[in-house]
Amino acid sequence: MRWMICLGYLMLSGPALAEVSLLIGYLERQEVRPPVLSNLDPFPDDLGVVGATLGVADNQTTGQFLGHDYTLDTVRVAPGEDLKAAAARMLNDTRFLVIDAPAPELLEIADLPEAEGAILFNVSAPDFALRDQDCRGNLFHTIPSAAMRTDALMQFLQHKRWSTPAMVSGPHDEDAALTEALQRSARKFGMEIATSKTWNFDADMRRNAAQEVPLFTQDLGEHDVLLVVDELDDYARYIPYNTWLPRPIAGSEGIVPVAWSRVVEQWGAAQLQSRFTEAAGRGMQSTDYAAWAAVRALGEAVTRTGSDDPATLRAFLLSDEFELAGFKGRAMSFRSWNGQLRQPIPLVTRRALVAQAPLGGFLHQHNEMDTLGIDAPESACTKFED
Amino acid sequence: MKHLITTLALVTAHAAQAGEIWISNEKDDTLSVIDVETLEVTRTIPTGERPRGITFSKDFSRLYICASDSDTVQVMDPATGEVLHELPSGEDPEQFVLHPNDLHLYIANEDDAVTTVVDTETRHVIAQINVGIEPEGMAVSPDGGTVITTSETTNMAHWIDTESQEIYANTLVDSRPRHAEFTHDGGKLWVSSEIGGTITVFETAGQTEIAKIEFEVQGVHPDRVQPVGFDFTEDGKTAFVALGPSNHIAVVNAESYEVEDYILVGRRVWHMAFSPDKTQLFTTNGVSGDVTVIDIARREAIKSIKVGRFPWGAAMRP
Repeated sequence: MRWMICLGYLMLSGPALAEVSLLIGYLERQEVRPPVLSNLDPFPDDLGVVGATLGVADNQTTGQFLGHDYTLDTVRVAPGEDLKAAAARMLNDTRFLVIDAPAPELLEIADLPEAEGAILFNVSAPDFALRDQDCRGNLFHTIPSAAMRTDALMQFLQHKRWSTPAMVSGPHDEDAALTEALQRSARKFGMEIATSKTWNFDADMRRNAAQEVPLFTQDLGEHDVLLVVDELDDYARYIPYNTWLPRPIAGSEGIVPVAWSRVVEQWGAAQLQSRFTEAAGRGMQSTDYAAWAAVRALGEAVTRTGSDDPATLRAFLLSDEFELAGFKGRAMSFRSWNGQLRQPIPLVTRRALVAQAPLGGFLHQHNEMDTLGIDAPESACTKFED
Repeated sequence: MKHLITTLALVTAHAAQAGEIWISNEKDDTLSVIDVETLEVTRTIPTGERPRGITFSKDFSRLYICASDSDTVQVMDPATGEVLHELPSGEDPEQFVLHPNDLHLYIANEDDAVTTVVDTETRHVIAQINVGIEPEGMAVSPDGGTVITTSETTNMAHWIDTESQEIYANTLVDSRPRHAEFTHDGGKLWVSSEIGGTITVFETAGQTEIAKIEFEVQGVHPDRVQPVGFDFTEDGKTAFVALGPSNHIAVVNAESYEVEDYILVGRRVWHMAFSPDKTQLFTTNGVSGDVTVIDIARREAIKSIKVGRFPWGAAMRP
């Protein structure tokens, strides 16, 4: 009853506020994950979707004061089943999809006739091309690109004057993408990766890391820091303290650039973390954060425009007026050239925040956060030019 | 009346003191008491966990402390530093405001999206009002008719009727509202937005926005200019606004809404309190763990005083 009363008041005093009801679809491609050496950190079953659920709850709390209503429809597609068809079905009911799927499938969905004029959010694919030549005008990205994360790490290396990194990369496709991103970022910040090797052991490192890793890293030569690329969380945990030279580790282990981690506790983040932990029974991870940010970005656009029209919301999301408070100390917004959410990148260990990029001294003519990832002049994306 | 006498006696007993500034140290679970005359910490008093908002009763005989992680409001005798009793506060009390009736505390429960109203005499919760996510800023109109709660993630000021204890209006502000204050005449409400980087000024009568104040600190990126706590001078003509991680206090003309000056203080400046004679301002600097003393007339920082870890709230006791 109380809500109805306050709503009544609001109708009298606020701006024109019609009843707005927003259905947001959450679509997940489930994957068979390859086995990893350690089972200490299981991959959560509900990764991403809890973040979206929390985002809807946050939106709903605001919405109840404004007569705005939010609901989430979650569809999880098993390995081998047709994701594109599921997306097409969802797009018949809603214009707003939050998607956890790899890049090729994201593009298939974005190119569906049903997706024309819709707003899609990528919450997990880090691929460079999705923000560059393969970008789509209906596809926003709340997960940072690999380039944003590796740029953040290179800023940190520069800041520490660890200017000669060496690198060990895993054998998977995902590792290749991050390796390439690290090399590109090193060049961008005037560094060169001295030596690199591929990790191709099939032994169980839990038993013999102390014997194998020193030998494996002995011929890396002089370096200040060892970059370890292990996107599947397989072997990197066995590298620290076993290297031939005593060097800090960064990349997928040691100091890791992320969209989010449970160790982020400044800038009011403790509140978001505790809401999430209460809902999920585990710490909040990057994909959870990206899903939360996507839903909150939509909510913020609805709150400020009082509209549920996708064209109105898209224009607002890309405008200078849009700002999202993402608990990382700076107002986040979307890059108007490729739909990427510009955001600070925390550099974390498992136990604490080490630093947050953009680091002091890395300047930019418009926004310091644009020192991370693909900036407007270098972007090959043309789908947002309208 | 008895309280008044006690206070008078106390003031006489410490005749050399020109009053005190009480500071809550969020990460030390203590209060630091600063002597305004000597500008030194004279006492450090243990509290419950994570003390943030602090405020005195009208006669200064009681100090109320939001002990956030203890989920309680502690009531302290400021003369002895003894915690007399606790008030039911709801979960995670962050900030509160004492109604002019000296009886009702309006408490923002940050983790619960609720404002709790507690009667300090009967020690009972008399109302809980659902508000937006992460309520923080609390203000009460001088006539006591309206209490404001601002919610950080919902980005609103909620206007609460203190008769019915119900919300009668909600007004949107920029991202992450942190603090609210009515002007001394009650005619206007100011709300600071940390991430938005602005202060929104409302006409109280119709809850309509009449001005927006923006800040620009030379050599500091706009993203780091984050208005949080603020307060008005006694004549109501000037506001001092803490700008968080930009490490500056802005001096704002409260009539023209122009920023007249910026004063460099400690790191992540948060809340503030005036000295009893209103000639000095004490700001809490969370990251540097100190309090900056500002000379109001000269608009200059004159001293830094080391307090505990993460100083948050500040309250004056004459």
